[in-house]
Amino acid sequence: MPELTVIEAVRQALDDALAADQRVFVLGEDVEAGGVFRATEGLAAKYPGRVIDTPLAESSIIGIAIGAAHYGMRPVAEIQFADFIHAGFDQLCSEASRWCYRTKGDAWLPMVVRTPWGGGVHGGQHHSQSIEAYYAHMPGLKVVAPSFPADYYTLLRAAIDDPNPVLFLEHKRTYRLIRQEVTGSNGEQRIGRSRIVRDGADLTMYAYGLMLHECLAAADELAGEGIEATVVDLLTLAPLDRETVLEAARRTGKVLIVHEDTLTGGFGAELAALIAEHAFEYLDAPIRRLCGPDIPPIPYHPNLEAFYMPDRTKIAAAARELARY
Amino acid sequence: MATVVMPQLGESVTEGTVIRWYKRPGDRVELDEPLCEIETEKVNVELPSPYAGTMGEIFVSEGETVPVGRPLCEIVEAEVAAAPGGPPRSRARAPSPAAERALTGTRADAKASSGTEGRRFYSPAVLRLAALHGVDLDEVPGTGIGGRVTRKDVEAFLARRESAPAAAEAPSAPGARETVAREAEYEVVPLTPTRRTIGDRLSRAVREIPQAWTMVEADVTELVRLREQTAARLGRRLTLLPFFARAVCRALREHPNLNARFEEGELRRYRDVNLGIAVAAPSGLVVPVLRRAQELSLEGLARALDELVERARAGKLRLGEVEGGTITVNNTGAFGSVASRPILNPPQVAIVTLERVVRRPVAVGDDAIAIRAMVNLCLTFDHRAVDGHEAGAFLATLRSLLEAPTAA
Amino acid sequence: MTKARRARASSGTAGHVGDYHLSIAQLEQMYYYMLLARRLSERMLILNRQGRAPFVIAGAGQEAAQVGAAMALEPGVDFLAPYYRDLAMNLVFGMTPREAMLNVLAKRDDPNSYGRQMPAHWSSPKRRIVTQSSVVATQLVHAVGIALGARLSGERLVVMACCGEGATSRGDFHEALNFAAIHKLPVIFFVENNGYAISERTEKEMPVPNVADRARAYNMQAAVVDGMDCVAVYQTVKPAVDQARRGAGPFLVEAKCYRLWAHSSEDDDSRYRPRKELEEWAKKDPIVVFRDRVHADGVFPLADLEAIERRVEEEVRDAVEWALAQPDPEPEEALTHVYKEA
Repeated sequence: MPELTVIEAVRQALDDALAADQRVFVLGEDVEAGGVFRATEGLAAKYPGRVIDTPLAESSIIGIAIGAAHYGMRPVAEIQFADFIHAGFDQLCSEASRWCYRTKGDAWLPMVVRTPWGGGVHGGQHHSQSIEAYYAHMPGLKVVAPSFPADYYTLLRAAIDDPNPVLFLEHKRTYRLIRQEVTGSNGEQRIGRSRIVRDGADLTMYAYGLMLHECLAAADELAGEGIEATVVDLLTLAPLDRETVLEAARRTGKVLIVHEDTLTGGFGAELAALIAEHAFEYLDAPIRRLCGPDIPPIPYHPNLEAFYMPDRTKIAAAARELARY
Repeated sequence: MATVVMPQLGESVTEGTVIRWYKRPGDRVELDEPLCEIETEKVNVELPSPYAGTMGEIFVSEGETVPVGRPLCEIVEAEVAAAPGGPPRSRARAPSPAAERALTGTRADAKASSGTEGRRFYSPAVLRLAALHGVDLDEVPGTGIGGRVTRKDVEAFLARRESAPAAAEAPSAPGARETVAREAEYEVVPLTPTRRTIGDRLSRAVREIPQAWTMVEADVTELVRLREQTAARLGRRLTLLPFFARAVCRALREHPNLNARFEEGELRRYRDVNLGIAVAAPSGLVVPVLRRAQELSLEGLARALDELVERARAGKLRLGEVEGGTITVNNTGAFGSVASRPILNPPQVAIVTLERVVRRPVAVGDDAIAIRAMVNLCLTFDHRAVDGHEAGAFLATLRSLLEAPTAA
Repeated sequence: MTKARRARASSGTAGHVGDYHLSIAQLEQMYYYMLLARRLSERMLILNRQGRAPFVIAGAGQEAAQVGAAMALEPGVDFLAPYYRDLAMNLVFGMTPREAMLNVLAKRDDPNSYGRQMPAHWSSPKRRIVTQSSVVATQLVHAVGIALGARLSGERLVVMACCGEGATSRGDFHEALNFAAIHKLPVIFFVENNGYAISERTEKEMPVPNVADRARAYNMQAAVVDGMDCVAVYQTVKPAVDQARRGAGPFLVEAKCYRLWAHSSEDDDSRYRPRKELEEWAKKDPIVVFRDRVHADGVFPLADLEAIERRVEEEVRDAVEWALAQPDPEPEEALTHVYKEA
């Protein structure tokens, strides 16, 4: 396979899933025309009747996916921007995440909700949000957030095959920015597994989405100064791969957690608590989080957005401090 | 000359293709007039000119794809140019410290608790490793902030310990009785890192520096009286140390060569007197530095010295406070010493002591004897920088200042 | 444009079976299911007052509407997305009295939810009864999704989604109708308008006199029917179901009922409901009205009715006795089935 961007990997996964399983179908706003990011381009024509435009109604996009999945189909619902998924919070929290639990497995929902998230695109308040903190908090709902095209491909296929509802987060800034060879099997195949993408003895960084790439860039810069970082690509936020997270923390004893989402109550808080609780005796420095500030994310002007967003420079500075401690 | 670049057209667009140029070099261009047609993955648009003037050089040909931000062409702006073209993209300035604190709450706290105050802090990782491998952490030098022992320090210590097998593993088993006897002969006193460090530095000083020593005797009867008066007036305890420190500072004004450091191959004579005070702290000798001591009044000196010494004894010195001294004084008289031969505190070139004040009969006038308060002032100096003549002159000045002290 | 079809209210005039367009067996079933639902609910309330069932929420007064509608469907083929009052519908679809009692006691083996949800949160995948939460109206959207899924896979069926009139205020109600109408899905929206959303009367809940009036906004067919008349409900719903099955699109049926009891075992309806109103409506108890009508019309001998009544008594007694003896869930069972294993 050639090199694919993230959006191409997503489209390829949808294409291959639609081809492989008649139960798979796509629904969402503007999906028939290809979607606003071209994720579903060409699919409506290729799979007539199985790529369905919905009205502008996020709650029912998700609710209808629930019904169809309960019936036995494998719906892949698209929410146009993660910022708009909140209208469907009820359907995800009260219904989808509980469906299997409240029937003790008699009923289950093999459904996927995929949505573009994240900042760095001049998207302002409602086209830039991170949502993983809210949804990774719901037992019963899986939350996947890849960083590399190969993983986007394999994990989206895995999500579609999963008998559980999966929230599949696609970082929009990386859609066309990140390229990688995608063979269909060179990505992570299993939901619930994180990957150590870089090894280093001096500190450990955790990230996902765009920030993972920023961490790798920072790590390269730091290597030139003799500071070697371990970098963990979380890949799945729920269920969390505690084993890999803790092993990576124990390796260096110095932890830097990076996410775009605002600091307080962000997913990093969970990682920090987990590491503090289960790797306490291996810690050689206080656990550090580098996140967006506690302001409604993200303000629009480029100066304001740049102030908000963590980036490789800020990450390297924090890592340097941590390494020195 | 203004440059037109490939614009960012759409949230995730990273490049664009010039389909067609509407203008050729030399053409007149009005503000907002279409310059060219651009195609991206998302949209096709015409690019309205941000400038008015004459079309200059074109950098990107029709059909060529370039990344966002790449220069497309130049426009020679007309004299009566309108508002500067294009949305200014100012770099975000570095955030203010307050803003930086707002960014992540954890940073400030990390600094505060980093144990920079000299207190020994061991992280969980360090404690675990030490327990696991039987390491006495007092023996481990710290390279973290403020001298903190880090996990890597312990690991390095372990590596060294392994590679240097215990010297004198007792020659193969002597009789049990002998072993017992040997054990009773001595007990091992572990050297703390502080003591090791001091030892290293002093050894080096003695090895490498030609140190000479001289001493004078001073009659401080008046000084003692002045001390009592001043103490009463100020309502506080006073030792002779602040008086001595003040005199040293004043003497150095006349003999500045003794207020110097050998640094990076240069002899640097300092303007300020950064006065090192030798203090016996529980962990060993420590020499905190009182910066710009020459500016302080007697009372100021007394207060500053008290505070510094107290903190030194409590182990609460800050990192900068033990560095940068230009001369060291030692109140050796406090131990009862009447003469001592101090070792230099490199890279300083002089160290002077105030010995114990002893009331002795001395000759006064031509043939009378009086009981006077006498004290010895000892000076060790770096003979590379200072010779005996200067050293003697300094001590002579010091003595006269102490013998005829002025009020605070 | 839609036309609201008004069902002829049948009063106690002399008639014969032909008027009902139902067989005797079906009429017997109607009586049986209505009565069974009521007697089970009465027992549940007694258990609650005895402190053995913490929460009871019932459909007393709405049995006729529920049974009439459920009997218009094809159990095993059609899907039912009921709401919490729809015990009678569940019984029509095959739930047993024993299972109903397991549910109110939240026993370990209650097939609806194994003690994990509050009582009256129905579920049975094998009977095509769709699990629901306490959030009202979400099930309406699920029903639409099921209908869509069935169409995509080529299965011909009908989905009935039920709710009270309060649920029609929620966004999901409108989103569900909207989508179903756009795509002409085979969904029957069955609204049991019992006059009260807990304490709020319909004037506070909607600006139109009938929920059915809202269907017009979605270009959807609708009907209003006397929900206290089981036969009338059946006669209204059946044609709607049949035409939906043939591809005519969704239909909204509003059954006007009355909630004879308080909202739930936690509600004191004397706070907001005049005694006089209750007494008036109690006289129109749909089970009593049905009984009197079929008896007066000579459809059944009294003995047959009494036999049904005895059968119900016996089944309810057996169900309670049996269910009380069943095991409770083990505490650690709370941890299982968060995810479905592949």
